[in-house]
Amino acid sequence: MVDLIYQLFPYAIAFTIPLLITSLGGLFSERSGVINIGLEGLMLMGMFVGAFTITRIEMTNPATAVWIGLLAAVFFGALFALLHAFACVTLNANQVISGIAINMIASAVTVYLARLITGSGNVQIIRGMSRVTIPILSEIPVLGRLLFTQTYATTWLVLFILAFATFLLYKTRFGLRLRACGEHPHAADSAGVNVYLMRYMAVMISGACAGLGGATFIVTLSGEFNGTAAGLGFLALAALIFGQWKPWGILGATFFFGFASTIANVSQVIPVLSQIPGIYLKTFPYVITLIALVLSSKSSQAPKAVGEPYDKGKR
Amino acid sequence: MNHIVEMVDIRKEFPGVVACDDITFKVKKGEIHALLGENGAGKSTLMNILFGLYQQDSGSIYLRGDKVSITNPNIANDLGIGMVHQHFKLVHNFTVTENIILGLEPTKAFMINTRSAFARISDLSKQYGLNVDPDALISDISVGMQQRVEILKMLYRDAEILIFDEPTAVLTPQEVQEMMKIMRGLIDEGKTIILITHKLREIMAIADRCTVIRWGKVVGTVNTEDTSEEKLAEMMVGRKVLFELNKKEAHPRKEILSIEELSVSGSAGRKGLKNFTLGVRCGEIVGLAGIDGNGQKELVEAIIGLRKADSGRIMLGDEDISTLSIRERIETGLAHIPEDRHKHGLVLDYTVQENMILKTYYREPYSSKGLLDWSFIYEHAENVIRDFDIRAGEGADSLARSLSGGNQQKAIVGREIDSNPDLLIAVQPTRGLDVGAIEYIHQRLLEQRDQGKAVFMISLELDEILDLSDRIAVIYNGELVDIVDADKTDENEIGLMMAGGKRGVAT
Ligand SMILES: Nc1ncnc2c1ncn2[C@@H]1O[C@H](COP(=O)(O)OP(=O)(O)OP(=O)(O)O)[C@@H](O)[C@H]1O
Ligand SMILES: [Mg+2]
Repeated sequence: MVDLIYQLFPYAIAFTIPLLITSLGGLFSERSGVINIGLEGLMLMGMFVGAFTITRIEMTNPATAVWIGLLAAVFFGALFALLHAFACVTLNANQVISGIAINMIASAVTVYLARLITGSGNVQIIRGMSRVTIPILSEIPVLGRLLFTQTYATTWLVLFILAFATFLLYKTRFGLRLRACGEHPHAADSAGVNVYLMRYMAVMISGACAGLGGATFIVTLSGEFNGTAAGLGFLALAALIFGQWKPWGILGATFFFGFASTIANVSQVIPVLSQIPGIYLKTFPYVITLIALVLSSKSSQAPKAVGEPYDKGKR
Repeated sequence: MNHIVEMVDIRKEFPGVVACDDITFKVKKGEIHALLGENGAGKSTLMNILFGLYQQDSGSIYLRGDKVSITNPNIANDLGIGMVHQHFKLVHNFTVTENIILGLEPTKAFMINTRSAFARISDLSKQYGLNVDPDALISDISVGMQQRVEILKMLYRDAEILIFDEPTAVLTPQEVQEMMKIMRGLIDEGKTIILITHKLREIMAIADRCTVIRWGKVVGTVNTEDTSEEKLAEMMVGRKVLFELNKKEAHPRKEILSIEELSVSGSAGRKGLKNFTLGVRCGEIVGLAGIDGNGQKELVEAIIGLRKADSGRIMLGDEDISTLSIRERIETGLAHIPEDRHKHGLVLDYTVQENMILKTYYREPYSSKGLLDWSFIYEHAENVIRDFDIRAGEGADSLARSLSGGNQQKAIVGREIDSNPDLLIAVQPTRGLDVGAIEYIHQRLLEQRDQGKAVFMISLELDEILDLSDRIAVIYNGELVDIVDADKTDENEIGLMMAGGKRGVAT
């Protein structure tokens, strides 16, 4: 049993990380007052751009290809999110509909380009990110084996971003203003905060994060772009709600999803679990989410003004 | 001239209305200048222009003699103009400090320097006697304290010209006294105040001058020394206002509302209601007096069904309504003018006609066979608009949000009285209304009574309670202190009872 946990842990973490960073992106967007249903599409964009970039350069720069791929995914994620920001902030469009449009555009464009490039529609990278065991720290009993063996550098990067985001949101001027825009944009505006600018920045951050999430998924878990994000973006969105729009809440929620999904994925090879029909294990995280959402809906911490286009003239 | 603010020939039109019709308005440095006018006269609009929230269509603004163009609130801030809005602009889950520093955060090594902000706010709070806890969350503090946070926000920005849009409408009488003291303190420190209020007594008590506007036009500016409440009212409404009510003798009949041993628990930090017993008869107005936060809110919410009672019964006529749904209670003959017009009164993004049928849309004649009858609904809304003099640019098609605060209130009062309920629960029915409108609403409430209907009025305004009620119940600490006939008591006695003293014991 203990061995099993030791074995599963690296997979669970690897699965958690793309979700976590994407969800964190959603947090920025929603805390500024813009719903981001488009996380799925933004992730998909990250997956495609990441995979594509890496296939182009991995022959010539095998050492840095993965990192350049991640960087490209971040950039294009942010750029693609600009579309969502433009629709929601400048055009005052319905944010849910704009998000759905983002998802549809993303899957159409990426699949089209992938077919054009490879013919099959799949973009496969040769070498993903390699796992490293951190010296010294991995010697710590229990924790060392759980957390510091066989880890990906992206895991540490994302955790660093999580810590930094928390700092940014709660300790800096930028964070205070961002949160004010999501709670009471009129208050922010009359205090001299540029609500439009803050929301643009927040939505672009969410695109960058989701792009990173998608590319991370490619380089650590799947190794190929195959035209779908398989609902990961929506899972990240659920984690955002489950985590009550708080960075550490999101960490808990995504880890829960990551662990539960990993168990479901490997259940067939584990004797204890193979008795349970796979469908129960697969639906388990979602059922728990539904229950948790129902229970927490009374005291929802959702930003007050999320979903409302900001209209200056409104009083 | 030593005018600090000069607004010259300001014009602002909205669809269907001229909110400001070439208004010229001048304020001297160091004075308290009151701005008086009927609901929808254009006061808030004029001040929003000065604060940069709206742009004037034409006209110019001079500040300390220089022509300025105030295109957004930032510029107003930089020019030393601050404003406390009719509806506060505070982030509910931020602390007092965070709300105040928002937009002007002091930083140290990229972090917000809470320590220095805290110190500055404490100092300001002490200097002006504002008594605000910088660490409290906005959602945990009283309305009065929230208002002082708004004042601190202006002071933190070094504003010299302070605009108050109906600051006292949401305050208890005690808080009003305190507010006036604070304003005097501000003037002593060299600030200039523009004060919008409907309360003539406050203008006479604290303002130096008063500008009256009607239908977007200036009627005149007077020194308060040379005028009286009556004269101001006449200037504003354009006719004589009767401060005396035409009140006939009441002929109460059988009891319609019987509250029996009702206990309700209060929300966090409030006291709730304990074994409360009270009856209201047909053909009378019962007023409930009490200091805010002594269980009034819990009582009202329990009667209309927004809150569950712990024990006791509420009878409406012969029916126990305490377990009925809100709609069933309404159908039994209950109507309610809520305390918070935005939260429980109106859907701000619906039109006036849609708001008029919020409680009745599913019923004949507003709908038949599941379809809404829009021509009837429109007709109905237009009637209420006419009867209650609701001023809305586009009539029944105006969005509730576009109405001025007082007209929003009139829309709610109109809807509830128009439904001709057996029992009307009226919480602060005239909050934010001008004297003319108050007079009219009071008449209508008396009319309800004379037709044999019952009115249960909850108000923080002692005057309103004394003038209108036939009997006065006093609540303290969630318990009924006593119930007395209105013509056998006076302000002093009620005041003592509001502090918990039993009749005859304290006097
Ligand atoms: N954003 C807006 N859109 C449309 N009409 C508006 C808007 N703002 C104000 N108005 C209209 O302009 C007129 C003046 O409104 P304003 O709020 O200035 O009145 P007010 O004098 O402050 O009244 P009150 O005492 O009731 O607060 C009203 O008829 C109102 O309906
Ligand atoms: Mg107003």
